[in-house]
Amino acid sequence: MRSRRAHRLAFYALMLALAMIFSYLETLIPVPFFVPGMKLGLANVVTMVVLYKIGAREAAVISLARICLSALLFSGAFGLIYSLAGGALSLAVMILLKRSGRFGMTGVSVAGGVCHNFAQIGVAALLLETGALLSYLPVLVVSGAVTGWLIGMLGGLLLSKLARLHL
Amino acid sequence: MATEIPKNHKKRNDAILIAALLLAAGILFLATGAAKKDGAQVCVYVDGARAASYSLFENREIPLAYDGHNTLKIEAGAASVTDADCPDRLCVKQRAISKQGETIVCLPHRLIVKIEGGDAPDVDGVVR
Ligand SMILES: [Zn+2]
Repeated sequence: MRSRRAHRLAFYALMLALAMIFSYLETLIPVPFFVPGMKLGLANVVTMVVLYKIGAREAAVISLARICLSALLFSGAFGLIYSLAGGALSLAVMILLKRSGRFGMTGVSVAGGVCHNFAQIGVAALLLETGALLSYLPVLVVSGAVTGWLIGMLGGLLLSKLARLHL
Repeated sequence: MATEIPKNHKKRNDAILIAALLLAAGILFLATGAAKKDGAQVCVYVDGARAASYSLFENREIPLAYDGHNTLKIEAGAASVTDADCPDRLCVKQRAISKQGETIVCLPHRLIVKIEGGDAPDVDGVVR
């Protein structure tokens, strides 16, 4: 029993470290142009893996820790509220869709990616008190779907590698 | 987990979900972007309130100093942010804008640059 807890703890630490590496890698990827609310969200791979490997509560804890840490290290405190909104909405939707049992990892991940962008632009529109930002929505839905699809594939790959790991 | 839905059903549902999202994006795009007209002025909003506006027909560089510094450049009927001292500098990475309703956002400075129509700027902050 005790070794199982230790295994889990080690797994969480590993996942958090992986998420930080992904967040860092993302800052290195040059983007030709930027649309507000758009994000690759590579670190979301980790959220997916924890969600499918362990459970919803653990995924929430890990992604909260990841968001706070990467705000501290990379994006600064001002970005925290956007990341939190994006992370919370996307995780909530992913948990619901997964629980429904009707969708595969790809569908769950795509919905998560779209909702992430949706929440970020929503918060920005609220804070800046302008509806003008909503004209970015079509781009954000498409980019969220594409990154969500990518992340679903990556997550599936990681999970199949981790299949023999019992936690 | 007792009544697990077959994997190919899940795949089909995934495909339907993705198609629906892309369709929604397409409709949104057509609804919001179809009739984009060239703008006449570029307006600066800080915290949602209009702070200044400038004609798009006059090439110039304007230093904006509200919550921080952003350099607004107007050239050939398009506006862009060429420099800023915000932490993320994402406003600098956004494309030049020229059509009505297009925006450039600087979240850290709570600043929005927006293209609008009309003949002449009607708010102060303009040096003609
Ligand atoms: Zn900026």
